Amino acid sequence: MKRQLLIVLVGALAMILAACGGQTPQAPASPAPADTSAPAAPADTSAPAQPEATEAPPATTAPPAGGVTEQPTAGGRIQTILTRGELICGVNQVLPGFGNVDSAGEFSGFDVDFCRAVAAALFDDPTAVQFRPLTAQERFTAVQTGEVDVLIRNTTWTLTRDGSVGLDFGPVTFYDGQGMMVRIDSGIETLEDMEGATICVQSGTTTELNLADNFRAIGVNFTPQVFEDADQTAAAYDAGQCDGFTTDKSGLVSYQTKLAVPADHKILDVTMSKEPLGPSVLQGDAQWADAINWIVLATIQAEEFGITSENIGDFLTSDNPDIRRFLGVEGELGQGVGLPNDFAARIISSVGNYEEIYNQNLGPETPFNLPRGQNALYTDGGLLYSPPFR
Amino acid sequence: MATEVSQSQARAPQPGIDVPGWLRKNLFSTWYNSLISIVLLVIVFQVVTGFFQWAFTTEGWIAAASNGRLILVGRYPAAELWRPQLALALVAVLLGLSGGVWRGIAQALTIGFAGMMLVLTALWTQLPPANPPAPLTTELVLVGIAALVGGAYAAGRAGGERLRWPIIAGWFLAYPMIILILQGFGGATVPTNLWGGLMLTMLLSVSGIVLSFPLGVLLALGRRSSLPVVKFFCVVYIELIRGVPLITVLFMAQLMLPLFLPSEVRIDAVVRAVVAVTLFSAAYLAENVRGGLQSIPKGQVEAARALGLNVVKTTLLITLPQALKAVIPVLVGQFISLFKDTSLVAIIGLLDLLGVARAINTQPEWLGFPGGVWRETFFVVAVIYWIFSFTMSRSSRQIEANLNRGAR
Repeated sequence: MKRQLLIVLVGALAMILAACGGQTPQAPASPAPADTSAPAAPADTSAPAQPEATEAPPATTAPPAGGVTEQPTAGGRIQTILTRGELICGVNQVLPGFGNVDSAGEFSGFDVDFCRAVAAALFDDPTAVQFRPLTAQERFTAVQTGEVDVLIRNTTWTLTRDGSVGLDFGPVTFYDGQGMMVRIDSGIETLEDMEGATICVQSGTTTELNLADNFRAIGVNFTPQVFEDADQTAAAYDAGQCDGFTTDKSGLVSYQTKLAVPADHKILDVTMSKEPLGPSVLQGDAQWADAINWIVLATIQAEEFGITSENIGDFLTSDNPDIRRFLGVEGELGQGVGLPNDFAARIISSVGNYEEIYNQNLGPETPFNLPRGQNALYTDGGLLYSPPFR
Repeated sequence: MATEVSQSQARAPQPGIDVPGWLRKNLFSTWYNSLISIVLLVIVFQVVTGFFQWAFTTEGWIAAASNGRLILVGRYPAAELWRPQLALALVAVLLGLSGGVWRGIAQALTIGFAGMMLVLTALWTQLPPANPPAPLTTELVLVGIAALVGGAYAAGRAGGERLRWPIIAGWFLAYPMIILILQGFGGATVPTNLWGGLMLTMLLSVSGIVLSFPLGVLLALGRRSSLPVVKFFCVVYIELIRGVPLITVLFMAQLMLPLFLPSEVRIDAVVRAVVAVTLFSAAYLAENVRGGLQSIPKGQVEAARALGLNVVKTTLLITLPQALKAVIPVLVGQFISLFKDTSLVAIIGLLDLLGVARAINTQPEWLGFPGGVWRETFFVVAVIYWIFSFTMSRSSRQIEANLNRGAR
């Protein structure tokens, strides 16, 4: 009797294990993002200095295979969110300028404001959002399992992530790229000024490769000082071993905070690689993905129209049919993507247009003072371009 | 007459502390010992002066100071601060009463608690004023709570024995009551995703300790049970949990759980962390308790049986009390490590004490600070962890000493 019972239990256990084992072949799909982000290095811009970067092992619990597991129910994700009454937004809490917690306990940052924009579009209330801080290791699992509705956490849009990880990326909110930090008193203004310079760079990353490619392209000689990890690289630069320090721009910004005298350094206005950061949602809910797309695009279009949170009142009475449709005064544009018709107006009045969001978090008034660069409108020579709202 | 007797019984005169003699004997007995002593003294001096120089010259303390609220209660809304304050006052009253009734450890803890409140008050007066200003200043609340402890202590002394059972009942009710106070009832609730800082750390560890203890004892008894199903389940559970790191359990609870639940059901992140910590800790506790159970000589059980006690009574009255007493140091060690392990929830995105420190370090305000402010914030957090861990370990030594005295 005893023995029979044991056999039954062992059998049950074996079946459970087999069921779990069934997932493992797919598991590599999920670790993949970690791999892809490593070479692109600070691509996962949180890598710099955040202790989390070293805490990788715990995350090895086989994450579920993406996409397949949680299919949105009939009502779709938007319906779930509306029923719940608040958006759950995956953010970073330790990246200055993009997402962190201020002394009053409020989340703030560039990515965080886009979460608020989504909440404003859905609920007309930018506070109807629950921020779910995520680390680099757990962020994709959180989207895959439906733990968060949308991930806006300085995540680079790559093919692997869009494909096998099972995410759908929205439009790019921030064109990050590899940047270069130098000392202000060195007089270096462009990469061409760096002839013969020593540059601190992290080894085994695409950063290293990009650096060599860029300098070869402009015909400037340099000596790379290669380090194992990102913290060492920054420390060596701080100690004066190198004339320049290169990693992702948003990473450079956070490193600058950790240098001995941050004010003595500056980030050059050059970009050496592509790290487009954008929001992402779980693949398979086209309506929700469309909604996120057009919410982000609305902030960009608003800047192009010149509509800000301050002057939106004037535009609401505008005669321009484009603007009237955009703000939902007439037409039914929003309905097409599952949003209210006045979603753009809601976003602008409670969060602001792209320029306001940028300046609020990264602009000249902030300690970062990051130049717009590629993040300017296409009309100003940048890359921000919204398809028409019609 | 009496005085003469007491004088004659006085202790033999203690030899006065002979500093040069002691030094010679312990530090400079041979030439190489002298050399080692001198080298070490220099190093210690360097470290200590270096530390104090840093501690007194650095300006980074402002980061921890201006984030006092974040460190203590995390993102808990300012308007609802009276809730944690009320909870603290409740603990203060219970602690004061216990101190008055039991003396001993409880009294030491009461004094320590009151002292802590006063130190905090002194620190708080040095801080920049709260923004937005609270209706009741924190200093006032802290002093009030210190006074409350004192009052409760006096009441406890006056009340004496008859307060004993009400206080025990109070402690049992305190945990659910505090949760209820912090969460709020009726319409106005404070969602747990806003809980954080020291409050969350305490909540996680206290919940972990309170909930995992009974579970652990049950598992330990189950593992020694003669019922095969119970025994098998307990063994599987204990070995399964002990076979994985805590972070894995937390990760599962935080991120994988939604996979197994329907999409409308969402279990609160803090609840998930509490459950994970409890389940994890229970497995380890079970093994500790089992160690204690195994240390009981078989004769004890046989004697109990001979007296006609049934299995339940034998366990509850004979084996378990002895077993638990034997493993107090191990249990407290387990609780201390549980307390510190709760810092792992920072990795899964909860803003506990450590998570708050990490968040503070990255606030843009501290951009201009040479080298960042992480040394100071982490130091403050380390001191807080140390105070609690040290208190726990001292209390356990006291409890042990008291119990041994009873056994003698």
